Amino acid sequence: MAIRSSPPPAVELAGITKRFPGVVANDRVDLRVVEGEIHAVVGENGAGKSTLMKILYGMQSADEGRMQVNGSEVRFSSPAEAIDAGIGMVHQHFMLADNLTVLENVVLGAEPTRRGTIDRRLARRDLEELGRSYGLDLHPDDLVETLEVGERQRVEIIKVLYRGARVLILDEPTAVLVPQEVEELFRNLRELKSRGHTIIFIDHKLAEVLAIADTITVLRQGRTVATVDSGEVTAHELAELMVGSELPAPSTEPRASDEHVTLSMQGLSVAGSDGRPAVDAVNLDVHRGEIVGVAGVEGNGQGELIEAVLGLRPTSDGDLLLDGESMNGWPVRRRREAGMGYIPEDRNRRGLLPDAPLWENAMLGHQTQPPYARGPWLNRSGAREATTRIVSGFDVRTPGIDTSARALSGGNQQKLVIGREMLAGPRMLVAAHPTRGIDVGAQAAVWENLRTARRDGLAVLLVSADLEELIGLADRLVVMLRGRIVAELDPATTTPRLLGSHMTGAAAEATDDEGRTP
Amino acid sequence: MTLRRIAMALAAPVCAFAFSIALSSLVLLAVGTSPLEAWLEMLSYGSRLETLVATGNRATQLYLAGIAVAIGFRMNLFNIGVEGQYVLAAMLAAAAGGAVNLPPILHVALIMVVAMAVGSSFAGVAGYLKVSRGVHEVISTIMLNAVALGLTGFLLRSWLLDGADTTLNMMTPEIPPSGRFPNLNGVVEGLSREITRGRELWGFLLVAILVGVLFHLFLSRTRAGYDLRVTGLNPFAAEASGVHPSSTVLRAMLLSGAVAGLIGLPEILGHAHRYDLNFTQGLGFAGIAVALIGRNHAVGVGIAALLFGWLDSAAPILDVVGDTPREIVSILQGVVVLSAVVAFEVVSRIRRAAEARDAAEATLAPVTAPDGSPS
Repeated sequence: MAIRSSPPPAVELAGITKRFPGVVANDRVDLRVVEGEIHAVVGENGAGKSTLMKILYGMQSADEGRMQVNGSEVRFSSPAEAIDAGIGMVHQHFMLADNLTVLENVVLGAEPTRRGTIDRRLARRDLEELGRSYGLDLHPDDLVETLEVGERQRVEIIKVLYRGARVLILDEPTAVLVPQEVEELFRNLRELKSRGHTIIFIDHKLAEVLAIADTITVLRQGRTVATVDSGEVTAHELAELMVGSELPAPSTEPRASDEHVTLSMQGLSVAGSDGRPAVDAVNLDVHRGEIVGVAGVEGNGQGELIEAVLGLRPTSDGDLLLDGESMNGWPVRRRREAGMGYIPEDRNRRGLLPDAPLWENAMLGHQTQPPYARGPWLNRSGAREATTRIVSGFDVRTPGIDTSARALSGGNQQKLVIGREMLAGPRMLVAAHPTRGIDVGAQAAVWENLRTARRDGLAVLLVSADLEELIGLADRLVVMLRGRIVAELDPATTTPRLLGSHMTGAAAEATDDEGRTP
Repeated sequence: MTLRRIAMALAAPVCAFAFSIALSSLVLLAVGTSPLEAWLEMLSYGSRLETLVATGNRATQLYLAGIAVAIGFRMNLFNIGVEGQYVLAAMLAAAAGGAVNLPPILHVALIMVVAMAVGSSFAGVAGYLKVSRGVHEVISTIMLNAVALGLTGFLLRSWLLDGADTTLNMMTPEIPPSGRFPNLNGVVEGLSREITRGRELWGFLLVAILVGVLFHLFLSRTRAGYDLRVTGLNPFAAEASGVHPSSTVLRAMLLSGAVAGLIGLPEILGHAHRYDLNFTQGLGFAGIAVALIGRNHAVGVGIAALLFGWLDSAAPILDVVGDTPREIVSILQGVVVLSAVVAFEVVSRIRRAAEARDAAEATLAPVTAPDGSPS
């Protein structure tokens, strides 16, 4: 443990307990954050990190336990009180008004006023000074909707600083960033630290945590497992602390693909919502028994590509072929019936009926085919039986198949989605971010399922923001940038960093970049 | 588990009704009349055979209205236009029935087909506008209600008027006996006593029950019904599962309108034998309340229809005895709707929490108790 004596810790939580119906989210959690350090809180999804931070930020109140800020006892009943005590939070999902400028967003809710009107000149001066002194590069008059993800995050950070925060909580700040943006963020964080700010950093990417944090507290199943100095621990040890056992990882295995092309995109173009092409003349083949990974910063056409392949979005040009047969003009149902499976990016939006029982969720997307249907009728007993097979075969932890999908944890929901697609025996699987927001155990199960299916000849189009996952699973990698495929890479020789530079378009062929470390 | 589920399902409407009675009683106290007296008066009048027969008749119509609305509700489609659809359909069906002479069963069938076709196509206008032009169905159906009522009045006056009529009451020609629906008085009288002459239990009750059974089977047992429900539960997931959004909207609207077309028929086929100015209006709007209280479920809507039917039938006694205004029943009905909606939400939250608890236990069960020991 890193012990820096003298002044009281910036934040000290002792014995924090928070119960939700049926679960203890935090079970006597201790957290001690020294002033001026970067303190990472790591743990799997569901370990209680977010709950703990919400308690510290006054969004929820603890059932038991004490909180101290700078040595004095506090109890927050709202974020406003936490802000007054000098604690600010940068949320994982940005809370910005897209149609306002950077300046307006920063002052929103804390506007400096002069004679009852907003004092824009003063606000601008404060904002520019903040940006200069912390090296946070922003233009006050840019509309937030025009900003990149990394810039939006900087707006959030400035917003918090503008309110006078000395302690910053960042909730999984790197989840939405590409490696280059992560470096920029880390530079900003180090700058903040050097000016005496304290940073609490929630994450589960261990390499990043080790790179930036001074001290690391590990939570597992709602409890504090350990607090360690980042210099005294390896990523592997951390992972074991988090999981409580051995860590699974995606690992490549010899390819099982053959020459048969299952899905072929030929000059595929898709118009985006703004009328410009979101997908621009893409040529891509997915072979039988092959996983083709699509990397790219979000919003570069991957989403549109997937929707076009499934028929959810019309194509403006080009051809789509499934096993050599043109799918142009096929409605979604015909494509699903022809053996196209779909693991959607957002399972709650595209993949599940939260208020319907599991067995009705299991038939979603396959409701026209056995065992779920018999002619125009539903086959309820067949559907229930198939659901039972999915639940047991894919380790979906549920009290029963009549439970609503809403009640399940994210990982179990995802296992259900994957199970139902696999049970249908698809020829082609379109998977978008299949392990997003699920815990490590479920992640390993998902990877294993994809690998098994590939061995059996399934063709997979895999879009993911998790670069490790792409490199570990895919047989072939392509990078999408502004709707085009700008690079094709061999996962065996690719690093996340190289991939990242292609994704941002920074270095199309600069492979020498690979050797440098952040 | 199932027992608990049934108990919870019943808890909400029972609490809502008790709350509504209490609130209406307070209103009565506030205006200075005795609530107890009013309720007892309604109970004693409401338990008479003739009132119960009237209840059955009104419930038949409310049930059809409730199901018509529920078909839309099940896929988050708000067919507010049931009102206009049924009035227009009833008028045209009555006119068609009065214009022809057919063998008994065929004649009734023709009237029903005309009513369903008119209701369906009028609802289809709103469906088409939504699918092709993105016009929200609440807006279009409300406006189409005005169109339907205006159209009904216009058609009735200009060319469907019964030429033989000499009264001020405008009406379509009378439907001959072959186009009438037999009543169920025989069955009721077999069970109790003779019904006062002039009162009859309309046979269309059986059709309403059949509609309810078909509605339930359609939703729970057919692929098309599943597609419709899925669209209501999550339109984005439905689309990804292969449901065609616009054709499902159109289909649901047509179906809802077809059932709406039937609402006026119990009265026309069983009693009035023509469309005239005494025709009962407002059932389409009442159907929205009935569907809300009945949770868009075949059985629930039935219970709600009986409740509202009884309240409507027992209320007139308040005009005759005591000094309680009969409008208290409308207040009661309104409060029932509001408090039922709140009660259902509360119960579903409790149920969700309980379910999440069970699911969390199922997740944790196989994991051996971890003892966090720092290395």
